[in-house]
Amino acid sequence: MGDLTPTKALELHQKMWEIRLFELSASRLYKEGALPGFIHLSIGQEACAVGACLALESNDYITSTHRGHGHCLAKGASPNMMMAELAGKVTGYSKGRGGSMHIADVAVGVLGANGIVGQSAPLACGAAYTAQVKKTKQLALAFFGEGATGAGPVHEAMNIAAIWKLPVIFFCESNRYAELSPYDVHVSVPNVSVRASNYGFRGLTVDGSNVAEIYEAVSTAAADARGGNGPVFIEAKTHRWHGHYEGDPMTYLRPADRDTENRVDPIEQFEKLMAERLKIGDEAISAAKQTAAEIIDAAVEYALNSEDPSPGVMYEDVLA
Amino acid sequence: MKTPTDQPALEKPLKYYSAVTRAFREEMRRDENVVLLGEDVGPSGGIFAQTRGLHKEFGPDRVRDTPIAEAGFTSLAIGAAMTGLRPIVEIGFEDFLTACMDPIVNQAAKLRYMLGGQVKVPVTLYTFGSGGVNAGPQHSQSLSAWFSHIPGLKVIQPSSARDTLGLLKSAIRDDNFVLCLLCKSLVGSKELVDIDNDDFLIPLGRSEVKRVGQHVTVVAIGAMVRRAIEAAETLYLEGIDAEIIDPRTLSPLDIRTILSSLEKTKRLLIVHEAMSPCGIGAEIIAKVIEHNHKLLASPPVRLTPPFAPSPFSPGLEDLYLPNQDSISETLRNMVPENERL
Repeated sequence: MGDLTPTKALELHQKMWEIRLFELSASRLYKEGALPGFIHLSIGQEACAVGACLALESNDYITSTHRGHGHCLAKGASPNMMMAELAGKVTGYSKGRGGSMHIADVAVGVLGANGIVGQSAPLACGAAYTAQVKKTKQLALAFFGEGATGAGPVHEAMNIAAIWKLPVIFFCESNRYAELSPYDVHVSVPNVSVRASNYGFRGLTVDGSNVAEIYEAVSTAAADARGGNGPVFIEAKTHRWHGHYEGDPMTYLRPADRDTENRVDPIEQFEKLMAERLKIGDEAISAAKQTAAEIIDAAVEYALNSEDPSPGVMYEDVLA
Repeated sequence: MKTPTDQPALEKPLKYYSAVTRAFREEMRRDENVVLLGEDVGPSGGIFAQTRGLHKEFGPDRVRDTPIAEAGFTSLAIGAAMTGLRPIVEIGFEDFLTACMDPIVNQAAKLRYMLGGQVKVPVTLYTFGSGGVNAGPQHSQSLSAWFSHIPGLKVIQPSSARDTLGLLKSAIRDDNFVLCLLCKSLVGSKELVDIDNDDFLIPLGRSEVKRVGQHVTVVAIGAMVRRAIEAAETLYLEGIDAEIIDPRTLSPLDIRTILSSLEKTKRLLIVHEAMSPCGIGAEIIAKVIEHNHKLLASPPVRLTPPFAPSPFSPGLEDLYLPNQDSISETLRNMVPENERL
């Protein structure tokens, strides 16, 4: 648990519940027909988003992916505006023009989820380059999955980041499946973090279900990056519980992954640690979960009661 | 503005490639957020000497050589633009834009829209395109129409040193992603430019009438502008008086200048190096017909290379590109003898 304080632990814990409940609500609303289009959920991966984002400063940047709800929530985006965007409402972050895959809140450092796999990496390098030129001591963290590590832009970004010693963290949520195919269709090595060594920087693999371990790894990497030592690659081995998209029949699941009994629930596991190691009582743990539930229920309420965008919204912000 | 009002501006010849350097130098001095990224933009000064001296003056933070990774550093520039810098990006040859289509089309053009207007993407991406220097099929293309088809981008194509200076400076000050398609065949061309005015700006989105005439409107783009003007000067001796319009900005396209010229001439020729199908010429003709299908007295004509890749061999490339002779011949066919001067 490193030097995790009970206060910080409760913060991590509540944020994980916010994500879990946001995603479960989105899943339900999608089935009910209240959310249009496609959504990609991160249930089972909450420790990654929370451990990584809570180790950053509020003015640090993240770039995210099509599976980005957790990242945005963890970095401080508003659940109300996020759920409203998922519902295509004018009160959403993109006024209903972007949807689930394009949530951003630049004021809290979220430079956007992104619908193109792999682009989070070079975009984050751009934010890191700004920090380097302006000497702000900020850093940027790029989320992506193991599937993206087969894409050119990720490698181009790693190479540039290494040459320029950019303050950037490449955070790979290695969640066993990319789109509709398992890890070994996409990656040739057991741990994709070894890619970093070829570019001359540090790569490590951590338990993606252990929020404390992720928090510590990202904190250390952030200190490195801020110190001018260049990028770090962190691979978090995690588990995508739902399909690639909601409604995905997951016919491709391997037998070991069909048995849900084998799954580690990152939240349950952390609650045990909180009780046993940090001596946090049941009441505090339940209260945090209850607070999260109230926040997310309010977000659903907000989204469903919001207005659809007026036709004019379609023409705004095409150019600055 | 340093230009004195009580005496004429001092003008000196400026080369097309030096206009690039001058635009960058002036804008980098003016705004410390302007940075320059690309392959060999640093100490080497670039393949056409277009960035010579900038690395020395502004240092490695603001003038930075990149590895050969067009997709990576273009996307990086977009991320930098979203967080407060105003990057200029060089892609050596226009053909290499295919290696960074995603950052341009899916990121730069759409981020402001997708992100609810929270960000601006002030990037100027310039590249050397078009043909005329025997560079072969992968180093001679003019891909302007592709990008003019994408909302969220601006596209400029300067046809002279003066326009390069004024348009590039406006592009760098613009808060959008501006793609500047330079013409390789014009790199060494010269034009008189005011040497004292470091605020010489040409607004984006405005065509220029390069030559006034009465019989036919010639819309020429990029390196075709000079060839059209040369053709017009010769044809004037034969009694054909052509008006030459250079759109300068291809997106957003200033159609009004073209329409008002056509009110006078009633005849339209379009000359560009880009392919004809689904091209800028097709778009101009469509807009003219949509405006008034009776405006033209004769069918509009497009003069472009044939629908084939650009050939390498000098004789073949000469045949491939429109030139003064083919422009003249087309115009002779368009303007009946009894209507000439």
